[in-house]
Amino acid sequence: MSTIKIELREQDVAKIREICASFNNDPQELINVLHKCQQHFGYLPAEVQEVVSAELTVPVAKIYGVVTFYSFFTMTPKGKYPVSICMGTACYVRGAEKVLDEFRKELGIQVGETTKDGKFSLSSLRCVGACGLAPVVLVGEKTYGRVAPDDVKGILKDYEQ
Amino acid sequence: MSKYSMHLLVCGGTGCHAAESDAIVCNLRDELEANGLMDSVQVILTGCFGFCEKGPIVKVMPDNTFYVKVKPEDAQSIVAEHVIKGRKVERLLYRDPVTKEAVTDSKNMGFYKKQMRIALRNCGFINPENIDEYIARDGYMALGKVLSEMTPEQVIKLVKDSGQRGRGGGGFSTGLKWELARRSVSDEKYVVCNADEGDPGAFMDRSVLEGDPHSVLEAMAICGYAIGAQNGLIYIRAEYPLAIERLKIAIDQAREYGLLGKDIFGTGFSFDISLRYGAGAFVCGEETALIHSMEGLRGEPTVKPPFPAESGFRNKPTNVNNVETFASIPAIILKGAEWYSSIGTEKSKGTKVFALAGKINNVGLIEVPMGTTLREVIFEIGGGIKNGKKFKGVQTGGPSGGCLTEKHLDTPIDFDNLIAAGSMMGSGAMIVLDEDDCMVSMAKFFLEFTVEESCGKCAPCRIGNKRLHELLGQICDGKGSLADLDRLRNMSLVIKDTSLCGLGQTSPNPVLSMLDNFRDEYVSHVTDRKCPAGQCRSLMEYVVLADNCVGCTACARVCPVNAITGERKEIHYINPDICIKCGACMDKCKFDAIYIR
Repeated sequence: MSTIKIELREQDVAKIREICASFNNDPQELINVLHKCQQHFGYLPAEVQEVVSAELTVPVAKIYGVVTFYSFFTMTPKGKYPVSICMGTACYVRGAEKVLDEFRKELGIQVGETTKDGKFSLSSLRCVGACGLAPVVLVGEKTYGRVAPDDVKGILKDYEQ
Repeated sequence: MSKYSMHLLVCGGTGCHAAESDAIVCNLRDELEANGLMDSVQVILTGCFGFCEKGPIVKVMPDNTFYVKVKPEDAQSIVAEHVIKGRKVERLLYRDPVTKEAVTDSKNMGFYKKQMRIALRNCGFINPENIDEYIARDGYMALGKVLSEMTPEQVIKLVKDSGQRGRGGGGFSTGLKWELARRSVSDEKYVVCNADEGDPGAFMDRSVLEGDPHSVLEAMAICGYAIGAQNGLIYIRAEYPLAIERLKIAIDQAREYGLLGKDIFGTGFSFDISLRYGAGAFVCGEETALIHSMEGLRGEPTVKPPFPAESGFRNKPTNVNNVETFASIPAIILKGAEWYSSIGTEKSKGTKVFALAGKINNVGLIEVPMGTTLREVIFEIGGGIKNGKKFKGVQTGGPSGGCLTEKHLDTPIDFDNLIAAGSMMGSGAMIVLDEDDCMVSMAKFFLEFTVEESCGKCAPCRIGNKRLHELLGQICDGKGSLADLDRLRNMSLVIKDTSLCGLGQTSPNPVLSMLDNFRDEYVSHVTDRKCPAGQCRSLMEYVVLADNCVGCTACARVCPVNAITGERKEIHYINPDICIKCGACMDKCKFDAIYIR
């Protein structure tokens, strides 16, 4: 499981319990519960999964299985500004890979990693459906369209202060 | 809508939304306000117009003026010129790429001329967040007709007679599916809408949900009546926040109007819909996997039978249809089976939505009658290949489909013709490739996707696809042999035959079709160690162009591995055995003296 050890505060545990209760502690609602938990914590560390396990009476191994199955769930914290590069086919044929390489080089991290200062994390995703703007890069909620490798420095600059 | 003499429709699809269509709406409203026109001109944020390439788009009704690539600051000229003075803003009009003339009426645009919109009938016309606009375009009339005039059997017969086949990929008859679900006896049944559009490059489902959510809700209620279900579930990707938002609004409004909930239209029929979120797994497009995911489990498929129509969600009979399938249903009910079956080819009726993307001029969403040829789609509607390059192929059906070439251009597109050509309809994504695309790299790209998305339950898919991906990687690296090409084919056939679900049964399709249609390119990778498209990095060679080299030594100094030798003012040489193909020398050279061979 995750190498990061965290200590859940009392109010965090209460929050998870509240989320589970809002779905009547129904094991069939596991994915919805995990969505809410990830929304709250930003990621799903093992400790969070353990509390969910106790509340929904689902073995923690099963929960880990679900968390690792779906690409939307993550067990490592994202950066303050998560950078996602669309690697859908439309973006790929219009040069998304070169854009991704440039981000790797500029940030000095690989896909799935977060910079040491916690500012940026890098991920690739499959098709955001904005194929008209290919290649597409998302930083947090903001979408950048028709991105060329030369634009990468400029995009990152938007988030420096 | 009658109160207003003019409407400004602004595209609010994801693509245009990303390109600041919200700001355009704000500015237009401010301008109208400043000129005291708020009572006579209405600004509406609609769903996708389909013409994503030129977004953001603003359409002026009633005169059909189509403004492209509009920026927020253009709001002032649109209001001052068009709205007030009645003069079209020339610089924002769409120009025909051939004649270079401005097109004043969108009906005359090549992009729209050949289209026929059934599933997308309301996208780009109505405000998706206002149920009244849907109702004004005959919305919920079909549900009314079904509940008050028809028996469930009649509904199923009508859908069967229309000949509609599922738009999600399988192409199974919608009416037959409903009939199977109706026949299953149970106290509880479910209607599920599959909105887990995981196929990269396809965005039709998202556009329908964002542009016309009520059409899906209405159709689900119709289906519920037909099969005897009271509960509907929409399984939607969490990656589509805008679509989720609009669905929530639509469901609330429909409940408020008594179109969902208990005793609809006072007929005693009750039906309600809730949302379930996907979490990013391509395999969940497979209906058994989707059902497991809705039950809070890993989205792994199970062997059919039992089919979901017998035992699906919570082990109850469940009918799963795709968004586009549902979106056409109200139109079929209102206009009749004969009308729908008169469109299309012998065995594929109606229209199909395609998402055009890749190296094509008009990226966007189109809907054409089945039987339209690839040539019409790519060259007439799609406006041909970007930057005047040569057409090489088109990948239909996403990672599960195949790559069709020049020789298939005049094939009428329908379910069966595509399969005969070694591809499939899939969800309707069309990725156009040009001469710069390497077919080995493309196959590798699709396999990379499949490997990542394979759920791992069955060995052929889990292990076989990984091996295929490795082999393709070796070929791209110039380490393949002719025997590897046979190995690719054999392994592909085994994976297709032995995989548990649709994902594995179709994942080798890109490899097989590319091997068939572009064999020369594969052979040249393994025998000549050359990539004809110049895409495979390992097979490139950086060479000094003697005529241009002045011997400035800049390249030699920047080379990280000292692969470049040469004295000052003498022609330099790049040793291909040492060169790591980083391209630093080429970037550094001011005299264009280094090129790739």
